[in-house]
Amino acid sequence: MFGKLNWGAIPFDQPIPMAASLFIVVGVLGVLALVSWKGWWPYLWREWLTSVDHKRIGVMYVLLALVLLVRGFIDAIMMRSQLAIAAGGAQGYLPPEHYDQIFSAHGTIMIFFMAMPFMIGLMNFVVPLQLGVRDVAFPVLNAISFWLTASGALLVNISLVVGEFARTGWLAYPPLSELQFSPGVGVDYYLWALQISGIGTLLAGINMVTTILKLRAPGMTYMRMPVFCWTALCSSMLIVAAFPILTATFGMLLLDRYVGMHFFTNDGGGNCMLYVNLIWAWGHPEVYILVLPAFGIFSEVIATFSGKQLFGYRSMVVATLAICVLSFMVWLHHFFTMGAGADVNAVFGIMSMIIAIPTGVKLFNWLFTLYRGRIRFEVPVLWAIGFMVTFAIGGMTGVLMAVPPADFVLHNSLFLVAHFHNVIIGAVLFGAMAGYNYWFPKAFGFTLDKRLGTVSFWCWLIGFYLAFMPLYILGLLGMTRRMQHYADTSWQPYLIVAEVGAVVILGGIVATIAQLVVSIRTRASRRDLDGDPSGGRTLEWSTPSPPPAYNFAVLPEVESLDAFWAMKQRGPVVTPERYDAIEVPKNSANGFVTAFFAVITGFAMIWHIWWLASLGVDSAVLTLLAFGWMERTAGEVSGEQLAEAERARLRPMESA
Amino acid sequence: MILINATAIMLVVVLPVIVLTLSFAWWYRASNARAIYHPDWSYSGHLELVTWSIPAMIVILLAAVGWIGSHALDPARKLQSDTRPLRIEVVSLDWKWLFIYPDHRVAAVNQIVIPTGTPIEFTLTSASVMNSFFVPQLGSQIYTMPGMTTRVNLLAERAGDYPGLSANFSGDGFSDMRFLVHAVTASDFESWLAHMRGEGPTLDADAYSRLLPAGSGTTIQTYRSVDPGLFERIVHPTARMTAAPRAQD
Repeated sequence: MFGKLNWGAIPFDQPIPMAASLFIVVGVLGVLALVSWKGWWPYLWREWLTSVDHKRIGVMYVLLALVLLVRGFIDAIMMRSQLAIAAGGAQGYLPPEHYDQIFSAHGTIMIFFMAMPFMIGLMNFVVPLQLGVRDVAFPVLNAISFWLTASGALLVNISLVVGEFARTGWLAYPPLSELQFSPGVGVDYYLWALQISGIGTLLAGINMVTTILKLRAPGMTYMRMPVFCWTALCSSMLIVAAFPILTATFGMLLLDRYVGMHFFTNDGGGNCMLYVNLIWAWGHPEVYILVLPAFGIFSEVIATFSGKQLFGYRSMVVATLAICVLSFMVWLHHFFTMGAGADVNAVFGIMSMIIAIPTGVKLFNWLFTLYRGRIRFEVPVLWAIGFMVTFAIGGMTGVLMAVPPADFVLHNSLFLVAHFHNVIIGAVLFGAMAGYNYWFPKAFGFTLDKRLGTVSFWCWLIGFYLAFMPLYILGLLGMTRRMQHYADTSWQPYLIVAEVGAVVILGGIVATIAQLVVSIRTRASRRDLDGDPSGGRTLEWSTPSPPPAYNFAVLPEVESLDAFWAMKQRGPVVTPERYDAIEVPKNSANGFVTAFFAVITGFAMIWHIWWLASLGVDSAVLTLLAFGWMERTAGEVSGEQLAEAERARLRPMESA
Repeated sequence: MILINATAIMLVVVLPVIVLTLSFAWWYRASNARAIYHPDWSYSGHLELVTWSIPAMIVILLAAVGWIGSHALDPARKLQSDTRPLRIEVVSLDWKWLFIYPDHRVAAVNQIVIPTGTPIEFTLTSASVMNSFFVPQLGSQIYTMPGMTTRVNLLAERAGDYPGLSANFSGDGFSDMRFLVHAVTASDFESWLAHMRGEGPTLDADAYSRLLPAGSGTTIQTYRSVDPGLFERIVHPTARMTAAPRAQD
């Protein structure tokens, strides 16, 4: 009846997982109780859960990312604490079977459920506004994408309470992830969570590409698009090209595990390196899926706060496109040590180095954007400058590892761990935080506290260097990743410094939360009345903060790059005599309900509850079909309503 | 050496970028009235040429370093030496290392003894999941993969103990998957061989099957003689020779 599921799945006998489970269960129940007690359900359902507004969906993506950032960070600080004490003969406080789950969960969560939703959320919120349009191409699909991503995140967290998570590392290399070596449900949690969220990501990518290619304000030619839109386009094209590879690869591993096929097994003609090649054919583009939007954010932030046009716009676009193409040609550098031979390794090593050219160009262009600017040191700029310095180091260590003979001694070492955290924290996370601080006033109509934002930045920056510079040294000393304990006690001092770094980063996370709480409580005094709090250059700043559901009462006419900057130079906008009615999408519960059934399906497949899985997948498909056929998705805002809303918006600006 | 060269080549451009970033950010701060402000300056053909060509030239240099290095230091490339090389076959198991000396018909678990100054030709495979054979002080690592063989050539110039480990995560016992390489003089190596042949069990199919179940620890075991076809049969296994399924817990 319940497949493999029984009471033994709940870790009653292990205090640490049990405490974590209790924490999560109590937390979730607490939130649900609070929402019920305050009577917020109708509001939540109407304004958020069923919303198809790209701005609301973007905000929910970012909120998901921030929550999962905390979850992933708890994993990180647990690992650092373990390694700070598990030296010599000591075993630390985490046994291997638990420690292995933690590093696997940390990587999975930080990439798939922190970095991805953060970037997709910012793209979702910003791109239609920057393009001067009213929504993405497929608003209901957008909601489905988000809720499928949230479903995956939910499944990963359910694994804390019921069963276990994968103990295979974040990419679940076979044969370790095959049934023979990982008979538990951990790998199944991993696979189903990522299959479900992967579909969401693919749909989000398709949606974003279509939006940018087909929906742009009148006059917004490709070469007038803000750089962030370019990077969002390239990132989304990479999603469309790369995520099907991931889905197919996981599909084959699932067939191995569920029906006894032999794609990657040790016997029956399987070959594990097929998986390793395929997973990195997705995995390397994935790196650029994350970092390209971050580059876009830095371009916007540096230009805006320097009060200058971005230096070398065309170079930036070319560099972004070059990275987009090259990212598919370097996957083998993740496993030079497979022993493919000198020619193959050298070719992939050199291809990897070539990516450093367009990336270096970007760095120079940001540098020359600062040059002869008038830089206002608001929080987003701090993140951007912290990024430029940190990323230069991370890029250098990356190119170093692209030299095959160097990789033969550095591969899988803590040097590698330090390198990819150097670029993922230093570029992706710093970019996400810059974007969060930069666009928050646009999303909510009030600014974030600058003092706490600055504290957060410095904690993250200093914490990062403390936590990861020792790891570079340890890697050169020969310490490999994923060790639960180690014999060489001379490594311990470095790991204690790294632990201190993690604590400083914790300070940064606390400051970010405090910044949000303080800003909400003092929002009355920090209203953004004119919609342009930071002297913006692009169209999102021409809308009120927060923008109305339809974004623009009248679609803007774009005549140049930095369209809003040009509009401001031309003088006040003339309000039209009358407004045309516009069509707006109506709320839809499609995404939420489909995702609910997706969670049921995933959970049932993980535990081999076949009847429930079949019920779940049938219900999900029926939901999609039913909503697709029956729902009326379009509503209307009349010209009179628009005129009234515009008058209300312009009144405070005129009196000011 | 390659590490230092490559780092030096890159530092030539990375250091100025970091310094320029910080100094531009400082000098062009909004409160500095002496700094020039050119809000519309956004293109310079000369600068663009420089921004593309500097990284391109650096990469051309590094590519040369990478190409030459990849070939010179290819792990599969045999080392130049007057001494006849010693062959060692390596099998990664759950979670231990089996080392077979095919020329001398002896074997050891979690321990390698090698003569100094002699090129060692390792041929590697895995009887379980993927691992990476790595002796940091002796040079390159290489994956061990089930059903496949890889090669790495190493040489110890000085006598001493060199710790080795698995550099690719392979499951719960991974952290203890360590071994020790003892590099000794040629005469000490001969006496070690003689000693080996005199004691310990024979590594036949039965003894090998007792190595298959998962177990961690760095216990050393030696074998006086080895079934000569063992390694080949591990690479191309019959059903009986593959690793036992791990217990579900």
